[in-house]
Amino acid sequence: MTRKQLFLLLAAVLLSLLPAAAHLFGNPYLLSLASRILIYGLAAASLDLLLGYGAMISLGHAAYVGIGAYAAGILHLHLGAPGLAPALALVADSEVSGLVILPLAVLAASLAALVIGALCLRTTGMHFIMITLAFAQMLYYFFISLEAYGGDDGLSLLGRSKLPLVNLDNDTHFYYFCLFCLIAFLLLASRLVHSRFGLILRGTGDNERRARGLGVNTGRYRLALFTIAGGSAGLAGALLANHSEFVSPGLLNWTLSGELMVMVLLGGIGTLFGPVFGAAVYLLLEEGLNMYTEHWMAYMGPLLVLAVLFARNGLLPLLISGRKRHG
Amino acid sequence: MLEVAAINAGYGESQVLFGVSLRVAEGEVVTLLGRNGMGKSTTVRAILGLLPITAGSIAYQGQALQRLPSHRIARLGIGLVPEGRQIFANLTVRENLLATAANSRRAREPFTLETVFALFPRLAERLRHYGNQLSGGEQQMLAIGRALMINPSLLVLDEATEGLAPLIRREIWQALTTLKDRGLSILVIDKNIDALLAIADRHFLMEKGQVVWSGTSDELRRKPELKSRYLGLEQ
Repeated sequence: MTRKQLFLLLAAVLLSLLPAAAHLFGNPYLLSLASRILIYGLAAASLDLLLGYGAMISLGHAAYVGIGAYAAGILHLHLGAPGLAPALALVADSEVSGLVILPLAVLAASLAALVIGALCLRTTGMHFIMITLAFAQMLYYFFISLEAYGGDDGLSLLGRSKLPLVNLDNDTHFYYFCLFCLIAFLLLASRLVHSRFGLILRGTGDNERRARGLGVNTGRYRLALFTIAGGSAGLAGALLANHSEFVSPGLLNWTLSGELMVMVLLGGIGTLFGPVFGAAVYLLLEEGLNMYTEHWMAYMGPLLVLAVLFARNGLLPLLISGRKRHG
Repeated sequence: MLEVAAINAGYGESQVLFGVSLRVAEGEVVTLLGRNGMGKSTTVRAILGLLPITAGSIAYQGQALQRLPSHRIARLGIGLVPEGRQIFANLTVRENLLATAANSRRAREPFTLETVFALFPRLAERLRHYGNQLSGGEQQMLAIGRALMINPSLLVLDEATEGLAPLIRREIWQALTTLKDRGLSILVIDKNIDALLAIADRHFLMEKGQVVWSGTSDELRRKPELKSRYLGLEQ
């Protein structure tokens, strides 16, 4: 067994025992924090597909998280008000609303990523960074001015989605459902990046011209990855909406895009599992520092600088290899 | 097979090619010779669709190539081994070979990892090494193998042996001979005229963006003055 496998096994055991521990120590708040970590981990890992495997530096990933969250929030609102959506009335009051809401949220985020990606991917480098940011900010202001769904104030969900077998209103169930989503995503994504599709994307990231010269229509591959990453972020968004039972435009703001990027870099870019670890470190630090001071960012900043200086490939590769690797 | 007819091309304001014409027939090995800066690589870029042409035409197996995007040209069967090799540094040897592998022309005996390793046994020993962990010669072999894995009918090599040790060079010339025997058409841009005289059927000499002479290996051997005039001191 390699160190990486050992590490992942350890993490899996820890994560699956966490709810029991939280109850044992009489601190169910931990469970809510842990769920948040899993959801942010999912969002960060989906961004890692773009950053670490596609060489697409997107600074607008929050947009897809936000669209997923709003899709879930808006559907909730309408499914909760009978008569508004007769076509959906069948599932409205039923116990399986989540089976409609979650896939539609993923679909909405994927579609947004498809359209935005098709436009953004005409550019590269600095322009790509700026245009992804611009689209995300456009959507941010769109939702701020969307008065019908709360505008600046956001939108309350009044309860979580209903799924068969699990009761998402129960925090333990919700935690395990997030864990399931994250593991399913990580398994699919790690198969994806090691497939021929992933090889082409990694090669394209290194030298797009050469990949084209070898007969690859690189634009399509990049757009496909962008769409997959956007859809996965949408799932994270829908979970986040369910988690806090609240959606606000802040989810689409560039600060979240930046935080996700920090989680990826902190945990280890191009490692998929690393960003989940990065999300855990980031949110735990935020939570921990927050207890002592409201100026927690002033401490977080230097810590991140240190992490970047001393763990250039991220914390997870550092822990696994046990030594610094350069380059 | 490949028919380049009187093409002009250049970079921005400066025109580099002035009516370049050349052809490669089925199963033929053809060289494009000339000193640095005479337009050899520019000609290759124009053929592969990496540089637009401003006049003339390029046809491959009867199909016009100008205005086709480069990935379509590659799928028609032209495999380029680019100058400077341009291996995917973040992929292993095995991944470099497999990533873009394809058989879009439905070749009956497609290249596989095994046939590439038979050609370059060194690559088989480096399977798990990343592109940036290889020597120059190994990278060159990998670049050729990678181009073969798209199963081209015409292989284009741009300065394939530049900066390599004589022993490695010989290994690469040997591989080209094997590929020629397999029936592959090859267009080689190089300065090592002596090695190429033995392998190639025909040669095109370029100077200042024009083809100034073309002929067979025998004809070139009989005119040593061409060598000193157009290839200078390159030996």
